[in-house]
Amino acid sequence: MFDTLIDQFWSLTLSGIALGFIYVLVSLGYTMVYGVLRMINFANSEIFMFGTFATIVISRDFLGNVDGSKSLPLPKLLLTISLCLIGSMLVSGLVAVFVEFVAYRRLRARGTNRLATLISAIGISIVLSEFMRIITNSRPTLNPRILEKKSLFEVAGANFRIDTVLTIVFAAVLFVVLDRFVKFSRLGRAIRAVSMNEDASKLMGVDLNRVISATFLIGGFMSGAAAFFYTLTYENTKFNVGFTLGLAAFTAAVIGGIGNIRGAFFGGLSLGLVEVYASAVLGTEWKSVTVFIILVLVLVLKPSGIFGEAVQQTRA
Amino acid sequence: MKLLDTIKDGNLRDAGAQYWENSSPTKRKTIATALIGLAALLPFMGVGILDTPVSDYGAVLVYPVGMFILMALGLNIVVGKSGLLDLGYVAFFAIGAYTMAILGTRTSLNTWEIMPIGIALAMLAGFILGLPALRLRGDYLAIVTLGFGEIVRIAALNTREIGGPNGIANVPVPPSIGPIKFSLNDQKAFFWVVLVMILLTIWMIRRLSVRRAGRAWEAIRQDEDVAELMGVHTLKYKLWSFSLGAAIGGAAGVLYASKTLFIAPEMFTLNVSILILACVVFGGMGNIWGVMLGAAILAYLPERIRFISDARLLVFGLALVITMNFRPDGLLPRKKREKVLVKKEAK
Repeated sequence: MFDTLIDQFWSLTLSGIALGFIYVLVSLGYTMVYGVLRMINFANSEIFMFGTFATIVISRDFLGNVDGSKSLPLPKLLLTISLCLIGSMLVSGLVAVFVEFVAYRRLRARGTNRLATLISAIGISIVLSEFMRIITNSRPTLNPRILEKKSLFEVAGANFRIDTVLTIVFAAVLFVVLDRFVKFSRLGRAIRAVSMNEDASKLMGVDLNRVISATFLIGGFMSGAAAFFYTLTYENTKFNVGFTLGLAAFTAAVIGGIGNIRGAFFGGLSLGLVEVYASAVLGTEWKSVTVFIILVLVLVLKPSGIFGEAVQQTRA
Repeated sequence: MKLLDTIKDGNLRDAGAQYWENSSPTKRKTIATALIGLAALLPFMGVGILDTPVSDYGAVLVYPVGMFILMALGLNIVVGKSGLLDLGYVAFFAIGAYTMAILGTRTSLNTWEIMPIGIALAMLAGFILGLPALRLRGDYLAIVTLGFGEIVRIAALNTREIGGPNGIANVPVPPSIGPIKFSLNDQKAFFWVVLVMILLTIWMIRRLSVRRAGRAWEAIRQDEDVAELMGVHTLKYKLWSFSLGAAIGGAAGVLYASKTLFIAPEMFTLNVSILILACVVFGGMGNIWGVMLGAAILAYLPERIRFISDARLLVFGLALVITMNFRPDGLLPRKKREKVLVKKEAK
């Protein structure tokens, strides 16, 4: 039972970290929105899903890439990667702003109870995923291979493939940029102010609607970037791709303490590792069950997560 | 006239309630008997206008219409009465269905004997899930129940002993009660069983609503902290609400398995939970009549109109968003006196 785990420990660790970085980016979408709204962004998994489709549409239909076993020539490859990454971030960001506008804004303005907002958010999430299901006829969509998954180097049996390295490096850079942005920029300070005290920041002249939209946009950017790396690695997507991934990323956000950006980093990486180790021991079909059990355990035992943020009974 | 004024206020629910409260006991009995009789005769009213293009009218009455109404009433206890968002309602439906399928194919027990077992197991599952989950605040509860619904499906899918992805076939039909025989081609008997279950559920909810449990749920829905401070044992009543909802889901599951004769994990996806939630929300959370109307409309329309049937879930998702944004109390809102404090959390 534990043979696979022991034999391939370092190789599993590496893929756990790569997966973990994808979780980090997606969980930022949950954590940032939670920070300002004290509300789960239910549609974040669909925001991610739209990013994966954006990547494929740009690569396949706009740049005319066809599936090949070899990598594209370098200039074309760089063009594809940058266009797909930016496009996917933009599409996800715009979908996120749309979600906020349709499902949250009106209800917030009227000040209805939380249950109504929650149901509205679930509704928009269903609408988005069903929309994609109908368009794609429930079939998975393939992403043309643009990058041959060549090994760059090997350390202790762990195979540093080019896509793994790209994911880890880019995701880490994006995370640092976001962290700095929230810490130092004017908008970032506004976001932090709103998440500390909404009323006080309004009195200080923060435009609440603008800050909330911006938060959705930034969260969407991060999910979109994650969507690009996901598609680069797995080379296909489906209308329900966000469901399990979204649940996992949400779990990651809760582990790190939802609302806490650095917590999301830690939560994402640890969940990625645990998930990969657990799949090696229990088999991949129990993967989402493991994630769910971790979520319940964290919520019951330490609902504030590891880096804190009281979530259990606190009221918005 | 007072009645007309209330209708003008846009609250049909209050108008109905007023009429009911002003009626004499004999009049109430007559109305109730007439309504039940009318409902019982529904299978014979297969006129052209109600017929459905693809499916058989009698079958549609049982599933989805009757079954959706039953499950929506069950979920209404959880979502509407106590304000707890349960997105994993399908799990209890699945537990009921699997109990029926496993016991029905492997033991000599019949549907009526399995029914209490299925209900008990669903309640137990509700209790086990609720014990940790109900300590959490609203949105966490939603996501934990959502996960739970998926887990039950995945567990069924991955367990060989109960058929894995192939499911279980040859589930027996219920044995006949007196002259009423159950068979695959005759839907009437099934419809009457669903009707009886719906009536029992309505009776139970109406009784509970005016007693301690109902008042506790109402208090929890309006403000949990205040309820706790006023001495309501919130966890206990939340667990009751959750388990009762689960029991009704389980009962529906037992009957469903016994009617369709074949069940498989793919029948118990998240979609079912969302469909039932849409019925509750669209009709009017917390109001039995609204929920039944919502369930009847949302179950019937996709069978009648081909286009909606293909995009059923899309329409239901839209129904959720639009209802919440433009008519948050649903088609038939709950009684006015029950929603005094709703705006409290306004910012």
